[in-house]
Amino acid sequence: MSYTVMEGNEAIGWGAIVAGCRFFAGYPITPATTIYNTMLKLLPDFGGICMQGEDEIASIGFCLGASMAGMKVMTATSGPGISLYSEQISFAIGSEIPLVIANVQRLGPSTGSATKGADGDIQFMRWGNSGGLPVIVLAPVDVKDCYELTVHAFNLAEKYRCPVFIAANKEISMTREVFDLDALNMPDIVERKNADPSRPFKPFDVSDGQYTPDFLPIGGETIVRQTSSTHGPEGYITTDSGQIGNNQDRLMKKIVSDVERFSFYESLPAKGAETLIISYGVTSRAVKTAVSRLGSEGLPVSHLILKTLWPVPEKVIKSIAASYNRIVSVEMNLGQYVREIQRILPGKEIEFLGRMNGELITPEQIKEVVNNG
Amino acid sequence: MDSLLNPNRPPVFCPGCAHDRVVHSLDNTFRKMGLSGNQIVIVTDIGCSGLFDTFFETHAFHGLHGRALTYATGIKMARPDLHVVVTMGDGGLGIGGAHVLSSCRRNIDITLLVLNNFNYGMTGGQCSVTTPQNANVGSGFLNRLEKPVDICQVAGAAGAAFVSRASSYEKELEDKIEKAIRFEGFSLVDIWGICPGRYSRRNKLSPKIIEAQLSAMPKLDNFMQQNLRKEYGKAYCEHIQVKTPAPAPLKIEKRYQPPLQANEQIVFLGSAGQRIITAAELVCLAGATAGLFATQKNDYPITVMRGHSVSELILSKEQIDYTGIEKPSIIFALAQEGINRRKKIFDNLSEETLVIKAAGVEIPATGAEVEEIDFKTLKIKTQDWALASLAMIANENRGISMEMLDTAMMQRFKGSILEDSRKIVSTIAIKYK
Ligand code: SF4
Repeated sequence: MSYTVMEGNEAIGWGAIVAGCRFFAGYPITPATTIYNTMLKLLPDFGGICMQGEDEIASIGFCLGASMAGMKVMTATSGPGISLYSEQISFAIGSEIPLVIANVQRLGPSTGSATKGADGDIQFMRWGNSGGLPVIVLAPVDVKDCYELTVHAFNLAEKYRCPVFIAANKEISMTREVFDLDALNMPDIVERKNADPSRPFKPFDVSDGQYTPDFLPIGGETIVRQTSSTHGPEGYITTDSGQIGNNQDRLMKKIVSDVERFSFYESLPAKGAETLIISYGVTSRAVKTAVSRLGSEGLPVSHLILKTLWPVPEKVIKSIAASYNRIVSVEMNLGQYVREIQRILPGKEIEFLGRMNGELITPEQIKEVVNNG
Repeated sequence: MDSLLNPNRPPVFCPGCAHDRVVHSLDNTFRKMGLSGNQIVIVTDIGCSGLFDTFFETHAFHGLHGRALTYATGIKMARPDLHVVVTMGDGGLGIGGAHVLSSCRRNIDITLLVLNNFNYGMTGGQCSVTTPQNANVGSGFLNRLEKPVDICQVAGAAGAAFVSRASSYEKELEDKIEKAIRFEGFSLVDIWGICPGRYSRRNKLSPKIIEAQLSAMPKLDNFMQQNLRKEYGKAYCEHIQVKTPAPAPLKIEKRYQPPLQANEQIVFLGSAGQRIITAAELVCLAGATAGLFATQKNDYPITVMRGHSVSELILSKEQIDYTGIEKPSIIFALAQEGINRRKKIFDNLSEETLVIKAAGVEIPATGAEVEEIDFKTLKIKTQDWALASLAMIANENRGISMEMLDTAMMQRFKGSILEDSRKIVSTIAIKYK
């Protein structure tokens, strides 16, 4: 066993490198800047490219171009940058461009507080695109997760050809932590599935039962078209409502129908518990502390930590929550993911603890809610 | 070479549209240059000029309004061998102005063809950044209030070497486009043309008038001389070749037994320049040498060399869940800025908390055990107080031991810094022997 000292943002950078990311573009913003710093330090050494865009829109635009040229790409920002990314994110969703976006959340709204943490963009990441089609959002709890989930994020982006968010938080990303690098649970690296170059290529064509089109890069032998406009399989504008409808359904299904394959979570059931706390991100750590204190005081409480937030891992939540009447949802905002929990657990008593003051929710506050409702 | 025009998708502009001529000129240029479709990517913006990619059998990338240059930049960096041609109207120039300026500054090998017809054709002829003030356009009187921009002078001032103007109707157009494509760096051709669908319905404009207007424009010759330099991608590659290899993450083996009292919540209250964050990092590293878990959170303002510097550390034999400090066991009160920032921390402390306080700083009344140390008489400079404080707790085997601290210093420092740091630690060790 050996130990490494790293902050969350450095771990995101290393995870990206290990996943095969060779292109990064970003615009400095606290608390995401150290991802950019890490990539600037690492990428050139790995034969990769690191760029600083003139703004966030350019940075993500560089990534979209490089991704379509066949590279694994990442950008990193915080809430104000996600706002600027919005139109490009819609493009990446609709035109199936693989991309990893690290969103190191800080306290909003707007410019908010650069050095205070929050989980205020949870619904924004999901719905902050025109058209409302789904994205994948993974939420790390600690530095180790930043590393592992970044590798998963790349795998998912490549597999489903879509933007994948890492929903970090200043409180993880800028916290330095000791962890065992050799004990990481690393997945195999997934590569984008290339089309058979000997067959006629249509950039958005899928065969029966396939949801994600095979890829060929812009700049290769075969001519490739990419477009942000509503398109048919050939990548030309279409006005055929049948074709349009099928394509939108496919974009929805390719991600939502497969969520069970990438539902990351940690279930910590306690014997005799009547209450289940559901949390994600850094708040899960306070919940763990609270649960262990409650346990030693004689009140067993179960805990579910969600690491895949979008698409909502409904099966996981439903099956784990089934045996509890009382659910407590805790998050670092004034009530966002709790809406999903309420939606998929009708009939259950769902209590909520949320706070948005720039500080971590404390174990004592959680205990208080569990004890007194 | 054959035409690269798509036989199945002939250009569909309004009759007489200047864009149609440019499509053919561009195709002729590609032909003359002997390029095949897979050696080219046409990146298009939004508007009528945004249709260009669909008429060609080349790689194509059509994206959001104003952002064409951003995609083109990513593609060119990833595929330096491709010829990257961007078509953009005067609308894209305005909405994507920052990207135009930055592309000029960057000098990446992209050819930007500006299809400049002085208005937004597709949305009904509203004014753009190049609409003359006396023109009649779809934005009522609004264009009279704003001066049009000469993108060529702007581009030259922003660092573009290859800047030229052309008429859609002139014989030299293909030549100019070819030179722009061949130029190794960012090139911009401002191609003036008529939009009969919108603009010339209410404004008198002809190829002749355009020619006359173009000849009256300021010369652009100087920019080539002034701005000629290495292409961005090439320069990038040269830079990274001389870069020193990135170090792999440092792995620390457990080699010591942790002190009996290993679980600590430590808060450093200092100021910028006191190397608070480095000292806190040393605690993490020291902890790792004894298999302890640690978390470190820092708080400092945006100013450098001024203001508070606060670091919160947890050391534990067990995995650390909650990273907040609930009950500090050790507080280093080293500067007024940090103490003032976290005054509340001194409320409700008992003797279980040890406060190590530098002589000369004031702390609020507290129930904690306070130990004052006069670093000045020990000739320890303020930037070393945090390190000296660590030596004090290591000396008492709280959280870290002397050997753990020494190993951490060896991981973190080299040469004279390591020597100086060791001297400070031994000064403390001698004093508290
Ligand atoms: S509106 Fe103007 S620019 Fe557009 S196709 Fe018609 S003439 Fe050409």
